[in-house]
Amino acid sequence: MAMTEKEILEGLGEIIDEIAGVPADEVTPDKSFVDDLDIDSLSMVEIAVAAQDKFGVEIPDEELKNLKTVQDVVHFVQRSGVTA
Amino acid sequence: MRSEIRRVSLRPAEQGAAGARILAFGGYQPANEVTNDDLARTVDTSDEWIRARVGIASRRIAGPDESVPDMAVAAGGKAIAASGLSPADIDLVIVATCTHEVQIPNVSATVAHRLGITAPAAYDLNAACAGFCYALAGASDAVRAGSARHVLVIGAEKLSQWVDWTDRSTCIIFADGAGAAVVGPAAGPGQAGIGPVAWGSAGDLAGTIQIADRNSFITQEGQAVFRWATTKLHPVAQAACAKAGVDPQDLAAFVPHQANLRIMESLARQLGVPRERVADDIVHAGNTSSASIPLALSRMIERDELGSGEHALLLGFGAGLSYAAQVITMP
Repeated sequence: MAMTEKEILEGLGEIIDEIAGVPADEVTPDKSFVDDLDIDSLSMVEIAVAAQDKFGVEIPDEELKNLKTVQDVVHFVQRSGVTA
Repeated sequence: MRSEIRRVSLRPAEQGAAGARILAFGGYQPANEVTNDDLARTVDTSDEWIRARVGIASRRIAGPDESVPDMAVAAGGKAIAASGLSPADIDLVIVATCTHEVQIPNVSATVAHRLGITAPAAYDLNAACAGFCYALAGASDAVRAGSARHVLVIGAEKLSQWVDWTDRSTCIIFADGAGAAVVGPAAGPGQAGIGPVAWGSAGDLAGTIQIADRNSFITQEGQAVFRWATTKLHPVAQAACAKAGVDPQDLAAFVPHQANLRIMESLARQLGVPRERVADDIVHAGNTSSASIPLALSRMIERDELGSGEHALLLGFGAGLSYAAQVITMP
């Protein structure tokens, strides 16, 4: 069964809290990683690696530059056809 | 007549030592200190940005007339002096470097001559930032095989001459310096001070750190290298510990290549090594490639942060991509 948008968002919130110290409730779909959450390019790699483990998807470096907002990651995980 | 040529059995090498150990370290940094604020005057960056991304506060940059061999001689001379040996006792010199000014002659023979070491075997080795650990493995094997008795191992780099000083993604990272170790036979069986090496390479990622040709500067794909370093290297470090029979909890120090403080802290977390046991010479030395590990170790000895007989885990990694790790016992 595919994960819902809400489930992915919650999982992503936990990851971002752990890696970047941003409280999970601030991780809302419209937030930009760089401008709103102050997350830099190296933390984005760590978030991608953690998201790969959690959601079972592949997030290559060349895809990272397209993932500017929380919503972008949620949609990417959904498009990658994740099952949980 | 060829039939008259006798086919005799080759004699094996002379008996080597049961084990090898490090007798002493030595380090050298150029006098010229360049702070983050200095760099912020020439490229669009800041002290805060650099500290947050790579963990560097300042670095040393060699003068225009200060070469890779000059720095190698300075560090090598200190290591020999600290070892209690005389230059005549050294019979093999290995210099790890990837930033030498010229291709021919090599660094090691010149350095040996300048240090008063008479007619040693001498070769350079390029495994980039993993170079010191590769050279240390070669030195240990040579002593154990009997092809050398005392080896001078040096990592020496002048990265500043391969850096584009207008490229803020690289000029904030790389620096100059040299570090050296003298390797000799262990005192007796069970006294080995250099554990088995765990090493390898990932040539599929060769393009992520490179100097494309002799007219180019060093380039690095930061995110790709960061991902590789934080996901593929802790098993290498764990393998080195397992081969040496040392639990990571029992390490007095973890001395990874001083590439980026965030890579180093991530590796330490994955290994279960407390942050206070992680060498952080990068803060005031920058990334000096093959020199960074012996430079960090010599400074930790100077500050009494590491005691004789304690174990340190070394992990070199970088361009190639290449990597090597081993546990050592401090001299």
